[in-house]
Amino acid sequence: MSELIEVNDTAPQEAKKQESSLQFLSFTLGQEEYGVDILRVQEIRSWEPVSRIPNVPAYEKGVVNLRGAIVPIIDLRERFQLGHSAYTPLTVVVVLQARMADKTRVMGVVVDSVSDVVDINKKSIQSAPNFGAKVSTEFINGLASVNDRMVMLLDVDKLLKLDGVDDEDES
Amino acid sequence: MAIDMAQFHQVFFEESFEGLDAMESGLLNLDMGDVNVDDINTIFRAAHSIKGGSGTFGFTAVSDFTHVMETLLDEMRDGRRKVTQPAVNVLLGSVDCLRDMLQAIQTDGEIDRTDVAEHKQALDNELNNLGAADFSEQPAVGSMANNVPLSGVEQEIIGWKIAFSPHLHLLKTGNEPVRMFRELATLGQLKTTVDLQGVPDFYDLDPEECHLSWKLELIGNASVAEIDEIFDWVEDDCDLAKLAIYGEGSSALAVSQQASPVPAVNSSIEPASFEFSKTTEPKLASVEKAGNKEEAKTAAKGSSSIRVDTSKIDTLINMVGELVITQSMLSLLGEHFELNKLDQLKNGLSQLERHTRELQESVMNIRMLPISFVFSRFPRLAHDISSKLGKKIELKLVGEHTEVDKTVVELLSDPLVHLVRNSLDHGIEMPDVRLAAGKPETGTVTLEAYHRGGNIVIEVSDDGKGLDKDKLRAKAIEKGLIDADAILTDKQTYELIFMPGFSTAEKLTDISGRGVGMDVVRRNIQALGGNIEILSELGKGSTISIHLPLTLAILDGQSIAVGDEIYILPLGSIIESLHVKEDRLNRVAGKGETFLLRGQYLPIVRMHEIFNVPSAKTTKLTEGLIVVVEGQGLRCGLFVDDLLGQQQVVIKSLEANYRRIEGISAATILGDGSVALILDIPGLVRLANQ
Repeated sequence: MSELIEVNDTAPQEAKKQESSLQFLSFTLGQEEYGVDILRVQEIRSWEPVSRIPNVPAYEKGVVNLRGAIVPIIDLRERFQLGHSAYTPLTVVVVLQARMADKTRVMGVVVDSVSDVVDINKKSIQSAPNFGAKVSTEFINGLASVNDRMVMLLDVDKLLKLDGVDDEDES
Repeated sequence: MAIDMAQFHQVFFEESFEGLDAMESGLLNLDMGDVNVDDINTIFRAAHSIKGGSGTFGFTAVSDFTHVMETLLDEMRDGRRKVTQPAVNVLLGSVDCLRDMLQAIQTDGEIDRTDVAEHKQALDNELNNLGAADFSEQPAVGSMANNVPLSGVEQEIIGWKIAFSPHLHLLKTGNEPVRMFRELATLGQLKTTVDLQGVPDFYDLDPEECHLSWKLELIGNASVAEIDEIFDWVEDDCDLAKLAIYGEGSSALAVSQQASPVPAVNSSIEPASFEFSKTTEPKLASVEKAGNKEEAKTAAKGSSSIRVDTSKIDTLINMVGELVITQSMLSLLGEHFELNKLDQLKNGLSQLERHTRELQESVMNIRMLPISFVFSRFPRLAHDISSKLGKKIELKLVGEHTEVDKTVVELLSDPLVHLVRNSLDHGIEMPDVRLAAGKPETGTVTLEAYHRGGNIVIEVSDDGKGLDKDKLRAKAIEKGLIDADAILTDKQTYELIFMPGFSTAEKLTDISGRGVGMDVVRRNIQALGGNIEILSELGKGSTISIHLPLTLAILDGQSIAVGDEIYILPLGSIIESLHVKEDRLNRVAGKGETFLLRGQYLPIVRMHEIFNVPSAKTTKLTEGLIVVVEGQGLRCGLFVDDLLGQQQVVIKSLEANYRRIEGISAATILGDGSVALILDIPGLVRLANQ
């Protein structure tokens, strides 16, 4: 009888542990470290030349052909006003999926380098502090500490929305 | 073994909707004077198979409802019943109702039971009408006998619940409820319950007024007609509702009601609360219902499957076969290649190219649907509008077998409905006005579709009153859309009706003048890469023609170079390309540049400037090329570095993952895998002409 209780006890605990921790892909932009929900990462590619789009903000680098789909590439460094860095064949593009209403949109973000996949306990995620108008924290979902480094967790959906995509439909 | 019936649902729905369309067009084609038995048979068959299918899948609401329609149609088929316009109208309404029901089931929505009950009621009334309408031709007994099973369900009627609520003055007309009840009692076992609620205080009581109402329960095999006969004299002096009681004690549906349409409808939904309610509730409900209906329609629009002619698939299979042969030939050649086989290789490659192109064409062909998919709804529209407005209208459909891409067909239907409705409502005059103007009483609206080049042209023309240029102009000035002294060509004047907020209707009717305007129509057509033109002659009629590309998936393009960048120009919008000489160039107000082309001053759009291309080879107009393009009837010259070549390009949406960009309609992928942007010519021309 007591054994049975034990078994019953541990199972939910394990499930709980899994539930409470999330996996993030972390990457760096300059000195800063960011993370995105790993479930939103479609693939990681190397930089390839893009087709420029006229009259858009400079951080929207252009579009590429991703196996038949036209996908925009956004430079996150420039998006966050961290300055520009030259692209090399080692520059990394993280292809992310964002859900808007009932549609899925795909976009690529240029980052300096991808560092790791980290497990982060939900409870340890702090909300982003408010810096007022000085620093925009709109697309930061929260902050987490990984090995004593601060990782800013990005809200992929908002990131894509900020990129100027109208969520209103034409119709 | 259990079979999951759900897998057949989609097919059932498609077939049912097709059946409904067939019924609708069949009903509209019925000629009252000379009814063709074949037509009725077609309608009957469609109803029958919907009934059968819905029964199989357990959609009892649908099968019960269709059963009533079928009964009515059956009698028409057997010649037991005359085909009358009211009956056809009721059937048309029932087709709509059935369509709504099926759509509700398909989208897991709620069936609008009030609506269903109303239509069922109307059908039942029509069925019961038979006696009165056709007594002269039919033996009375026969029609009476018909009455009982007509009530819609195979279950045996074992009696009636009757709610009888006399108006206050009933007694004054010399009628005596007691006598009627006695008469009723002879038909079966009668139970009466009196409702005293309406009786006022003793001092307010007028003994000559009847404040009582009764609920009667008559058990026995009395027919509706027999009961009606008893209440015949008081029909206009009371509220009366009858509800059949079926075997096994279930009383399921109201069969007949007279005098007051309200209570019966209510009671048929909830037999338990078999009460009169004199509120206006049902009216409100029907208003709401109309709104819901619209929503349901948009939700159900755009089915994702296509039915394809097998011959098209056969062609495709042949084509793939050819391709496989070419491929094996080429791979054989590649294994032992020597230079002297170069010619053979070239031949093989050109064969491959040809097969690929043919394959592509036949794949595209699969998406092609005849435009009758859109046209088929218009006879009904014309029928409804003409009967509503009292106009006489003949609708002619020409070229409805012309094929267009499925997406085009779907997106085209709303703008076309608007245009046809405009023609029917504003274009065609009332019969007396037409006669006075020396025109035939019946107006003609023609819908025509044909291919021209790589385009499909759809024309909506009417021989109505046409557009009044002076009125249009006055209206535009009044609305501040143009200056009072603006010089406009005829064409530009007609174009005014496409401006937002412009309506020429003197008064708004419930048919048009609401919802989308012509500006939306034009926008939708332009979104499809097409354009729309108006020709009109006052008093003679107007023609609106829509030009659309056949498919939205592939485009004939001309690649142009601007600096390092390559853009695609839709071939259809290019008029010519030329080098300009210095003496042909002019500046307007020091800024806008124009050039003279055969006596016409055209604005120049410098592509490198409006697209901010840093690497442009030249900024001197005389060194580059001017490509003259046309969009929406306006022209301009695009200044580019070079023309590269023509090719068919596959259109890829920019908006799917990105957003709409000014001056660009879509993107495509070039042979080297890079992305090129397709220019939005109307947008650029608009920009240039601003």
